[in-house]
Amino acid sequence: MPDDIRPDDRYEKVDQSPVVSDEVKTTTCYMCACRCGIKVHLKDGAIRYIEGNRDHPINKGVLCAKGSAGIMQHYSPARLSQPLRRVGPRGSGEFEPISWEEALDTATEWLGDIRRRDPRKLAFFTGRDQSQSLTGFWASQFGTPNHAAHGGFCSVNMAAAGIYTIGGSFWEFGEPDWENTKYFMMFGVAEDHDSNPIKMGLGKLKTKGDAKFVSVNPVRTGYSAIADEWVGIRPGTDGLLVMALIHELIRTGNVDLDFLARYTNSHWLVRRAPGTADDGLFVRGRDGKPLAYDRNTDQLVDAARIDISPAMRGRFPLHEAAPGDGGSDAEAVPAFQLVLDRYLDEAYSPDAVAEQTGIDADRIRRIAAELAHAAFEQEISLDVEWTDWAGRKHDKIIGRPVSMHAMRGISAHSNGFQTCRAIHLLQMLLGSIDCPGGFRYKPPFPRPAPPGPKPAGKPHQVAPGTPMAGPPLGFITSPEDLLIDDQGEALRIDKAYSWDAPLAAHGMMHMVIRNAWAGDPYPIDVLFMFMANMSWNSSMNTTETIEMLTDTDPETGEYKIPKIIYSDAFQSEMIAYADLILPDTTYLERWDCVSMLDRPICSADGPADAIRQPVIAPDRNVRPFQDVLIELGARLGLPAFTTDTGAPKYPGGYADYLVHHERAPGIGPLAGWRGEDGSSHGNGAPNDNQLERYIENGCFWSEEFAPDERYYKHSNRAYLDKAAKMGWIASADPIVLQLYSEPLQRFKLAGQGFGNVVPPVRYRDRIAETFDPLPIWYAPFEESHTDLEDFPIHALTQRPMAMYHSWGSQNAWLRQIHGWNKLYMNRSTAEDQGLADGDGVRVESPYGSIKARIALMEGVNGNTVWTWNAIGKKRGAWNLSPDAPESNKGFLLNHLITDLLPPKDGYRFGNTDPITGQAAWFDLRVRVVKDDGSDKALANDPSDSGIAPRAPGVGKAAERLRFGARFLPASNWRRSRGGEDT
Amino acid sequence: MTSLPTATDGRKLGLVIDLDICVGCHACAVNCKEWNTGGHSAPLTDEEPYGADPHGVWFNRVHSFEAGDGDSGRTVHFPRSCLHCEEPACVTVCPTGASYKREGDGIVLVNADTCIGCKLCSWACPYGAREYDYADGVMKKCTLCIDRIENQHLPPEDRLPACVSTCPASARHFGDLGDPNSDVSQLVAERGGYDLMPEMGMQPVNKYLPPRASTRHDLETPAPPPETIPASTDTGSDFLNWVDRMLTR
Repeated sequence: MPDDIRPDDRYEKVDQSPVVSDEVKTTTCYMCACRCGIKVHLKDGAIRYIEGNRDHPINKGVLCAKGSAGIMQHYSPARLSQPLRRVGPRGSGEFEPISWEEALDTATEWLGDIRRRDPRKLAFFTGRDQSQSLTGFWASQFGTPNHAAHGGFCSVNMAAAGIYTIGGSFWEFGEPDWENTKYFMMFGVAEDHDSNPIKMGLGKLKTKGDAKFVSVNPVRTGYSAIADEWVGIRPGTDGLLVMALIHELIRTGNVDLDFLARYTNSHWLVRRAPGTADDGLFVRGRDGKPLAYDRNTDQLVDAARIDISPAMRGRFPLHEAAPGDGGSDAEAVPAFQLVLDRYLDEAYSPDAVAEQTGIDADRIRRIAAELAHAAFEQEISLDVEWTDWAGRKHDKIIGRPVSMHAMRGISAHSNGFQTCRAIHLLQMLLGSIDCPGGFRYKPPFPRPAPPGPKPAGKPHQVAPGTPMAGPPLGFITSPEDLLIDDQGEALRIDKAYSWDAPLAAHGMMHMVIRNAWAGDPYPIDVLFMFMANMSWNSSMNTTETIEMLTDTDPETGEYKIPKIIYSDAFQSEMIAYADLILPDTTYLERWDCVSMLDRPICSADGPADAIRQPVIAPDRNVRPFQDVLIELGARLGLPAFTTDTGAPKYPGGYADYLVHHERAPGIGPLAGWRGEDGSSHGNGAPNDNQLERYIENGCFWSEEFAPDERYYKHSNRAYLDKAAKMGWIASADPIVLQLYSEPLQRFKLAGQGFGNVVPPVRYRDRIAETFDPLPIWYAPFEESHTDLEDFPIHALTQRPMAMYHSWGSQNAWLRQIHGWNKLYMNRSTAEDQGLADGDGVRVESPYGSIKARIALMEGVNGNTVWTWNAIGKKRGAWNLSPDAPESNKGFLLNHLITDLLPPKDGYRFGNTDPITGQAAWFDLRVRVVKDDGSDKALANDPSDSGIAPRAPGVGKAAERLRFGARFLPASNWRRSRGGEDT
Repeated sequence: MTSLPTATDGRKLGLVIDLDICVGCHACAVNCKEWNTGGHSAPLTDEEPYGADPHGVWFNRVHSFEAGDGDSGRTVHFPRSCLHCEEPACVTVCPTGASYKREGDGIVLVNADTCIGCKLCSWACPYGAREYDYADGVMKKCTLCIDRIENQHLPPEDRLPACVSTCPASARHFGDLGDPNSDVSQLVAERGGYDLMPEMGMQPVNKYLPPRASTRHDLETPAPPPETIPASTDTGSDFLNWVDRMLTR
């Protein structure tokens, strides 16, 4: 045969080297919160292909199912295409299109009016927002304390417990040392946070083959499926398991005492004087510094001194040691003595917790032994010289290769804060914080535990027409910092930082609609939300939430929540309940920033931040939300968004702001290529060419730490100096890990009636019992007021890795993977109830009832049912057909979850963690009963009130999708066959 | 009926899939869909994409199931695509020669221009790896990313099947299984890689690496026996003497 004909060409001439794209643009994914770097291939003006960026520090070239389905999100037929004004009743979905000028005029009028009268009348809450440093700043400039994103619903227990304890936390502020770890424990569902980095890490760890991966999760799916050991714990009892592990480690002497004495406050002396106002606070010297008992000199000395040998246990009478320092019976005990006292108690022994957790005592003992073996027998020693905070040089870095991770499986319980603190206590006892093989901080963390500043919003900080003096969110340390009035009642609409939720570091988006509807603590005028699907999967008690959004005052006929402004890119469930719609772009059409001022994407080995750039121009009359917010800021005359002459300060919108806004001199949203010539990183003057420099570098900036900066960051001189210079921490002082939490004790004392700021009576027991300075376990609140025989089963959700919240279930490709959700149930539990695989069931909680189909499985705790999160959708939303499986066969578990606990002494607390206000949606108890067997479609939406029409400008969705045919050569017959392209 | 190549140069391109670390995330399936819907076999048509029964052409699907009972069982995530068999019944059954196995690398392809849509190949394939596109009226299937793996317009490191390139857990590997010294062949030898349903006689080129045991007893440490705990934690009881070690800060 002739040379130019390959044997295979007899069958077909295949072009193995087609031109893939006309252009490749980098940007940052937004299909979940992972923020991977992507390369977007463009061909003939359309998106041909999205792939991971190999150079990017987060994903190193890989991309998950969600990211790979970005094309379908971008071309979604649910995209809004123009500003809208509601014309029918709320919920009807009847809108008229309006111009941007009219939309912005309306918003400016509504907002300007309340800013002049009372800025608190604006509640501005954002959902899965990745621009919180802008949105929080804007709220503060507006002058309202009523701002937060959705962290209170999502994972504030995890974040706050970490920040108050170790000055960092899992996910965004820390990660396991995948390279070196020998033992990795994961608690609860974590499949969405982190997404790709955890998959990459697990792959690495398992491929290495010398490390053990233990997954503690009632459900064996996802990551748990590849665990070397799956511990199918009973929901809400993780804290007991962890405390039993602590019990065992102490009992067997497997504790890193040196780590505790050097890096934690375990040697600090705690005053023991029960029944007095100072009980449980640290014993301090005249200069206010905490004291320790030095065994070399038998003196109470500054606990920070390095020339002492601190006592870790013992009881030291205070009147002898420090004359005049307190009551006669007061004694001082090292915090670690209190740890011994508490966790050696029989109540925390493996035998005592076995029944409640559902885990054999022997197994708990074995896991404790394995942790000890990994930490102490497999110690890592890296030959790297480093210098500690006190200037002492060390020739090695010692590692205890045990690492841990937890997310909402721990967070979404009413005991989640203390459980997460227990996990951090376990890590500290093992000495595995920021060491080789352990948990490692990601800059800008660690920060002091907790860091400043405190939230603004006290009465003197809120005034008409005036910015607040500080940010609406922050970290408080004593009752004096609470945002409450003289009667002890909340000042914020969500009741964050009140006695309902004192350490509500992420705010409480999930309480806003309830409180605004009830006018408790006061009515508001405008609810302004972004990307927060409150009428569906971002609320507990979805059915009542919808009722509250549509409820009117019988006297005036006005809505109880008078005005709702909403920005979203899609016709989500929330659209029908808003009055003014500001249509957002997709993530591929916008400038954006992943900032260290906000939610960083750094790695343990160095800082990083990133941008999004518009890779394709919008073909609709939509605007990026952040541009709109900045323009509204200028129209409202907010000082930071206007010049001295009142002109817009950032006429170039968000891109302009990203480059030119300075939060502090030299510190702006982006850390890379600062300074006029772009040569400084971290801080420096604004650089007009900064965005170009980011684009040249793949839309991210990253830097690697020197080897001596990478570990023991809380106590590492080189790291601390760098962190202070970069503006990550206010000073280069060492960060002391708070094994014993004095801020919690201050609240506990208030609950006992001590101090100047004490809670109203109805809060006292709850505060006194749950604000324990050492981790405690208490049963999830729902169990104390639900008849457990009547509702014997825990119900929770797991995260499908191919879906993120509810966006994904509209995606043409992803909904083929998870189109409707079943209720998964333990096989033997179901069989005991006479239920079979595929049966139609009713799932009932004390608060509601829905229908579902069950699927039986082995890998689920016998007391637990679960389903995939946020697949069920409201009929008519998202431009899905009314008979879509998402709204006919799938269901939303949120309908069964209460947002308020039953009344106690006439008051209904939120269904939340008492410390942080985190929504406790994993506390849910249900019963599962066989359905009556009727053939009618499973009515799974108790709120169903008919089908909202497509919004104006939202076209009919395609019945057949032939995406990609357009990229075939013009001569190819398949290009023109078979109907619609998108 | 279509003949298989009589002489090959020994290359057998294929995939090795590690079931021990596949977490079932569907990244491979969706990235495959994304690449291929605009690639050699474009488009991968989706019917009712926003309707009651969305279904479309996918070259790669992930199945999740459980094996074994109770705690000793295991949840398995099993990605399934064409195995590019050495004795592919899907080829020999083809009445037009549209379904064929390439001599140069062993990849099994379908020529869309000569496929008559009779679906005999999908009946013949025991793995269910063929995907009929109703809109085009032809059979489609995994091409092993024939338009990527030697594509001169892509940087060399990207010349991999999309599923391999994107897999977050690195559970997928691509290479020449005809070369015993290739990385993939070595991996198969080390990990006991196996053929899917060998009894069907298809001699699949793709291999699966088996999951390790559901509980790694080899990684376990024996627990110390339970002991009685003294009532006091105070100084003076021998039980906690380790706490009294002289420490430095």
